[in-house]
Amino acid sequence: MTALISPHLPDPDAMLACPACDALLVDRTVSVGDTASCPRCHTVIEAPRPLAMTRIIMLALAALILMIAAVFFPFLELGAAGMVRRSSLLDTVMAYATGLTAPLTLAMAALIVVLPVTRFLTLLYVLGPMAFGWHPARHAVHAFRVAEALRPWAMAEVFIVGVAVALVKVAGLAHVSLGPAFWAFVALVIVTVLKDNFMSRVTVWKTLEARRRS
Amino acid sequence: MENLRSAPPILTARDAGLIGCTHCGKVDRPGVARCARCGARLRARDVDGLQKVWAWLIAGIVIYIPANLYPMLSTASLGKTTENTILGGVIELMHHGSYGVAGIVFFASIVIPIAKFIAIIYLGLSVTRKVHMPMHRRHTLFEIVEFIGRWSMIDVFVVAILSSLVRLDFAATITPGIAAVSFALSVAFTMMAALSFDERLIWDARNEDVE
Repeated sequence: MTALISPHLPDPDAMLACPACDALLVDRTVSVGDTASCPRCHTVIEAPRPLAMTRIIMLALAALILMIAAVFFPFLELGAAGMVRRSSLLDTVMAYATGLTAPLTLAMAALIVVLPVTRFLTLLYVLGPMAFGWHPARHAVHAFRVAEALRPWAMAEVFIVGVAVALVKVAGLAHVSLGPAFWAFVALVIVTVLKDNFMSRVTVWKTLEARRRS
Repeated sequence: MENLRSAPPILTARDAGLIGCTHCGKVDRPGVARCARCGARLRARDVDGLQKVWAWLIAGIVIYIPANLYPMLSTASLGKTTENTILGGVIELMHHGSYGVAGIVFFASIVIPIAKFIAIIYLGLSVTRKVHMPMHRRHTLFEIVEFIGRWSMIDVFVVAILSSLVRLDFAATITPGIAAVSFALSVAFTMMAALSFDERLIWDARNEDVE
């Protein structure tokens, strides 16, 4: 991106403001594979990647399937004194359900399952039709705003680190083995990180605008 | 890349009498309430947002106090119940010799939250006061605060996993304590504080520093 310096400004539509520092830049089409960053604050503004849309859709679909597996299969298995206790992701969400900590149950369900799933679904809704070359779906703009707003609150990867810490804490107390849901969840985290790496927010917004039904 | 060549003083959208969208980068003329491209609310600068930052931050700090005073989890084992606060849990881990995990928990539950409080206070003050840290450094600081916030939630998840797993009735049972709620709220409130901060304010600060 090139900064604008002259006082004779072109049309606002030919310009772009850096979302991080508000520097006025000349809006040019960034070619696929290229990275455009702000000359002042060096924030990456656009980084379109080849086949990004298709890849994001595939990864979001994979993530949804993995999430279903993660919720319904046993997550961790603990054996001590001849007793075995299986715990699913649902049990973990319900851990706070009794007593004063009950409101945390909702938060847990949201952070681990509901918000990540909502993000996958909204991304599929926004990018799906466009990947086929169609016009964006109705309210795709709202859906993408929701997906972006949820990004910090979808905490699947934080949860996985939490599991690792919990395992070490219990390891001395009892024998713990990992269930299929655990591996599904690990795969889910990897898929989510890959997906977010392909995503270039400003590029998606521009594409949405360009392909909008007029 | 061409991006990195040293540029003459940069014109911002606000200086040019226009409004830039912080979500999609679209430039609009003043008087437009919502971005035509992405529908986000347009503000030349979100100065009122600074009040929201302070409000969320104070809430986060206040509720962080009971999070440390009350038990995070209680372990009932063979009729004996022990209650652990956040710091108590860290110390116990160290007694067991798992220094790595103790380090992670200590970092995620104590160092990061407190460092975040300080960083947000500093960034908030830097908007209205003269500070010495260069803009680029402050921009990096903000990005770190924004990125790291969610990772403090680790301990809340650990307690949930432990108490769903360790329910061996007579052998040992772990139940979550009330501190988990206040800790989770503290993390959420500080995340809200960081999200309400308009990072463009960092670059407007009156002291144009030398780069």
